[in-house]
Amino acid sequence: MSAHDELHAHGGDHGHDEEDFGIHATLGGYATGFVLSVVLTVIPFWLVMGHVITKSSTAAVIILGLAAVQIVVHMIYFLHMNAKSEGGWNMLALVFTIVLVVITLSGSIWIMYHLNSNMMPSMMDPSNLP
Amino acid sequence: MSEISTTLPGSGPAKPLAFYDTAEHHPVNGTLLGFWVYLMSDCLVFACLFAAYGVLGREYAGGPTAQEVLELPAVAVNTTLLLLSSITYGFAVLAMQRNRQNPMLVWLVITGLLGAGFITLELREFAHLISIGAGPQRSAFLSSFFTLVGTHGLHVTCGLIWLVVLITQVLRKGLITANKRRLLCLSMFWHFLDVVWVGVFSFVYLMGVLP
Repeated sequence: MSAHDELHAHGGDHGHDEEDFGIHATLGGYATGFVLSVVLTVIPFWLVMGHVITKSSTAAVIILGLAAVQIVVHMIYFLHMNAKSEGGWNMLALVFTIVLVVITLSGSIWIMYHLNSNMMPSMMDPSNLP
Repeated sequence: MSEISTTLPGSGPAKPLAFYDTAEHHPVNGTLLGFWVYLMSDCLVFACLFAAYGVLGREYAGGPTAQEVLELPAVAVNTTLLLLSSITYGFAVLAMQRNRQNPMLVWLVITGLLGAGFITLELREFAHLISIGAGPQRSAFLSSFFTLVGTHGLHVTCGLIWLVVLITQVLRKGLITANKRRLLCLSMFWHFLDVVWVGVFSFVYLMGVLP
């Protein structure tokens, strides 16, 4: 154990990083991701095209749930996402983005949900104005 | 890095303390991290477009409804093409890791063809919609639909152009480190577009045709 060994080990690590950029793609990983995403794609298409579920709200919840799972599968197996890549900065940026996306989507849809009823002609009626 | 490693007391002569990196130190993966941050900002663009569609997606203005104009079989084919192109790009990355240039180029060409097929089908769908009077100016639903799906299509088109440029670069310079870095960036871009497409086919097409 000496400084020399340490330096050497670090040097080797460095060259290693430069060759594959810290991404370790494997055939098994891609195959797993592909099979999972095919299954997760086929199920919602089958649900809708085969008119399996008649209740729209139930079908919508299932479709969105499967989409969320499929996005996670793509992130892990295709985008090689994990808590350690780039020293955790990838994950930090992703979490921050997810927070913003959730605020944008849920906030917009929540606020604009009553758009039509708020814009009803009755509200434009001068007699209703104070 | 190793210059500032601590030495235990009595383990030998103490090294001079250094409070700065004596050698220039670049984060090796700077480009990939930066590209990831770009993708995250792109994510926000799509989030806004999804939100607009979420708000306006049922405002038909007396025009055609989503159930009438969206054709799921074509979307199923499109989804298959994009999913297949994702796995073929994965095979290209695997070939790149083993420094096998020709198989990698073949996989890249297959990926490009699948992507081109996706764009062709999407353009045909758009042309069909416009020809039956369901263009983007018809209703709020169609405006938000064309903006969201069109933006995704534009991204795929840019990815295809990038792919052709990259194939040319690899043919000219070989699998040098810079080209590998570019290939990995495009890999992230391509898989990211697939992630967005998952949102599009679920949120726009499948939920759109629900009664």
